[in-house]
Amino acid sequence: MYVQGVALGALAVVAALAAISGRSLLLAIVYPVTAVAAIALGVVDLAAWLGNAGFAVVLPIGLPTIGLHLRLDPLSAFFGVVINGGVLASSLYGMGLDRAKELTPRVEPLFPLFAAAMNLVLIADDAYAFLFSWELMSLASWALVVAHHTNAENRRAGQLYLVMAVIGTTALLFAFGGLAGPAGGYAFDTIRTQAPTPMIAALVLATALVGCGSKAGLIPLHAWLPLAHPAAPSHVSALMSGVMTKVAIYGFVRIAFDLLGPPAWWWSLPPIVLGAVTAVLGLLHAVFDRDLKRVLAYSTVENVGVIFVALGLALAFRANGQPAAAAVAMAAALLHVLNHSWFKSLLFLGAGAVLHATGRRDLEAMGGLIHRMPRTAAFFLVGALSISALPPLNGFVSEWLLFQSVIAAPALPQSALNFAAPTIGAMLALAAALAAACFVRVYGVAFLSRPRSVEAARAHEAPLMQQIAMGGLALLCILGGLLGALLTEALAPVLKGLVGSGLPNAGTGPTPFSLIAFDATRSNYDAVVIALFVAIASGFTLLVVHRLSARRTRRGPAWDCGFPDPSSAIQYTASSFSQPLRRVYGAVVFSARETVVMPPPGDLRPARFSVVLIDYIWTTLYVAPWRALLRLSEYLNALQFLTIRRYLVLMFVALVILLSIAAVTI
Amino acid sequence: MSTSPAMQFLAQGAQMFLVLLIAPLTVGVVRRVKARLMRRQGTPLLQGYRDLAKLLRKESVVAENASWLFRAAPSLIFALTWVAAALVPSFASGLMFNWAADVVALVALLGAARMLLALAGMDVGTGFGGIGSSREMMIATLAEPAMMLIVLTLAIAAGTTRLSGVADFFIAEPLAVRVSLALSLVALVIVALAENARIPVDNPVTHLELTMVHEAMILEYSGRHLALVEAASYLKLVLYLSLLICLFAPFGMAPAAAGIGGWIVGLLAWTAKLLAGAALLGVWEVSIAKMRVFRLPDFLGIAFIFGFLAILMAFLTRGAVQ
Repeated sequence: MYVQGVALGALAVVAALAAISGRSLLLAIVYPVTAVAAIALGVVDLAAWLGNAGFAVVLPIGLPTIGLHLRLDPLSAFFGVVINGGVLASSLYGMGLDRAKELTPRVEPLFPLFAAAMNLVLIADDAYAFLFSWELMSLASWALVVAHHTNAENRRAGQLYLVMAVIGTTALLFAFGGLAGPAGGYAFDTIRTQAPTPMIAALVLATALVGCGSKAGLIPLHAWLPLAHPAAPSHVSALMSGVMTKVAIYGFVRIAFDLLGPPAWWWSLPPIVLGAVTAVLGLLHAVFDRDLKRVLAYSTVENVGVIFVALGLALAFRANGQPAAAAVAMAAALLHVLNHSWFKSLLFLGAGAVLHATGRRDLEAMGGLIHRMPRTAAFFLVGALSISALPPLNGFVSEWLLFQSVIAAPALPQSALNFAAPTIGAMLALAAALAAACFVRVYGVAFLSRPRSVEAARAHEAPLMQQIAMGGLALLCILGGLLGALLTEALAPVLKGLVGSGLPNAGTGPTPFSLIAFDATRSNYDAVVIALFVAIASGFTLLVVHRLSARRTRRGPAWDCGFPDPSSAIQYTASSFSQPLRRVYGAVVFSARETVVMPPPGDLRPARFSVVLIDYIWTTLYVAPWRALLRLSEYLNALQFLTIRRYLVLMFVALVILLSIAAVTI
Repeated sequence: MSTSPAMQFLAQGAQMFLVLLIAPLTVGVVRRVKARLMRRQGTPLLQGYRDLAKLLRKESVVAENASWLFRAAPSLIFALTWVAAALVPSFASGLMFNWAADVVALVALLGAARMLLALAGMDVGTGFGGIGSSREMMIATLAEPAMMLIVLTLAIAAGTTRLSGVADFFIAEPLAVRVSLALSLVALVIVALAENARIPVDNPVTHLELTMVHEAMILEYSGRHLALVEAASYLKLVLYLSLLICLFAPFGMAPAAAGIGGWIVGLLAWTAKLLAGAALLGVWEVSIAKMRVFRLPDFLGIAFIFGFLAILMAFLTRGAVQ
């Protein structure tokens, strides 16, 4: 508790100092201080998560009658570990920024503030404290998004983000209003004691889904995310994508699993359906986008969808009194939260290094970076393989648990869920395959192949501190994959609090590293044994091949079926890589149209190829209401230019209407 | 008759080398059957071994701008596929490390090998490499959802996703012919054709054609690197045939503790079924033409729909039993 106070205080002080002075020395000191604070907070959180040693205090500040309730339980402690890990990595990366050129008073003072606000959300134990720190987090991240405000695109992203954040917080306001009930008990432990009526519970669930879903990037509330996350400086993008979306998920878990009381089975349908749609659509956006950071942001949308599917399944199992299956689904969700925070931070930091080295975010201008920045390329590869859910890395552990819980879903009594299960399973498998395609495309176009621009050909390796940040996260991705079973076992205190049970047979496998979802005869995955097998097999292969083979290697020009072309324009680009997927999926989902303008022979104009994709969610749910609003305000504008006589008539009519309403109702 | 851990360990090791040894022969059978049906003499059955031996002896020519990933990928792809192939029960179920990966993990292991191969295809920066990688990943997005549905059907039927468990279940109940399983069989065959780059999805013998997928990705490989990639694709064929045998025709497979006698019977049964499967593949390949790439969604869509129908059937029959 005192550690929290000191660490959060230190963050506030360093933010204030940096903001007031604005000197580069003070700006630079922000990152080491934040790193130390994140380590302190993370260690306390880790102890509270594993040792169940939380705290609960009421401070006499805040709203007069409520005070400030703070509490650290295993759930907040787990999310605290997630968040402070991401903050630490981003701070380390920040320590590698060039003090003379890259620090600005628009970014550095807000960075510790943002970190502190996210920590505050987790320990808030009353609605006021929660919403206050939630808003602090939103505003700090908004200011970071518009840090480079001279760019019109960033301003637009910031505007949309602000609008969506306001909508989200308003929804949360209603959610907490519903939870507090007519008596207005806003402290979380008061809320827990009162069970809302089914109607109120449904409203709370819907508003919580809007409030937390919009912050997490759940489709159709995601539109701001792929604009805002890339607009921020890269280490802040890593925080927003890797960590802030997790705070939003924490909010949903806190409300749906803790505050709202025992669930009804149909609560699970909205998160499952929206999550599955989000997972697939998010990746379809990602796989067609050309902007490196926007691809990563869309992939965040996908992962949020996966997490919401797992949460929905956990709700369904819990409502049907199947704590073991609920624990498997919940473990999948929580583990994916942790894993995604690692690999997405890693990928965004890698994108930051690429952006810094080339000055470009456009995939079509990259290529061959594996030669110019070998370490960043190696770390990015680990992240790309992890996020594609490939064994033995960490992304696969949570994906495996999720598939196991999907496989258990046909045993549920509700036929809606029974029939949803295969659809969800297929959509998740599609999302996993699309993720692999997406990251083959990103890695193949950006890091492999030949440079497509002068900037890419002249790229340079990232500074040492940034390499350390990325390397640490890459190591975590590998370790998290190998030791996934131990991590899952460690989730037991959190799972017991949320669904009443840990994994039923965790730790009973043939080796300590066996991940067992239900019991060992049903399903099992042992990352260490698999990794060992692969290592032995490849070692053996290398040995044999080196003994048998000629061992000679000659470097020569590429073969390319006998027609190698030295021009780098001959290569597959990001757009051409996604062409098969565009034909298959884009034509259905985005009405993709490809137009080729081929001038007749003898004409000197170049051939032109263009692609049009229509984002129907954007056009129907965002653009259309906005246009309607504008049109309506144009009509209402006429009301501002009436004569006084007509204003009086209007008032009289309004009075008559109101009186007649009153007469009818009273 | 029970078996000691040492024997179990040996059996697991034997399985690992067995799949490796038989893989070139399986491909040889496919080629031979195809050639004979086309009224050609065809290559000897053992040509696969000779090809690999020759490739191993030749020097490797690596493109000037190839990265370390290009050179490291073949052994990793080979190792991943080999481990996956060794984990599918062949002559006996319940071998020592059968628990290390269930069918979900097995599919993911193959996914890892595929992703590495697609990355290697992009590395040199040629047009063919890109075309192969992008199409391979597109086919994967069509095949994986269907595969997931098949896994789900099996899990509903057998109550487990461990391959040994599923095989044991079907050995115990051989007579229960179910519509859902027949539908899954068709779906799995289609997925297996796509995953192994066989006709009608891809043609393993073409070169210099814009329709090629797998061959386009590995175009830049030569010498020992090519040998490993080729061996991995042989192994993948054995893996999918074994998977089909293990799930839909497990008769003859020895149970976990059968001992050497049972194992030998299992081995003979498995070898016969594997080679018969390879011959069937050869017949299939000469009797159908390769499809255009953008007809593939229709073809794999059949697998998806059959997989979905299989699950619905599984629900319905389960409801009837209860």
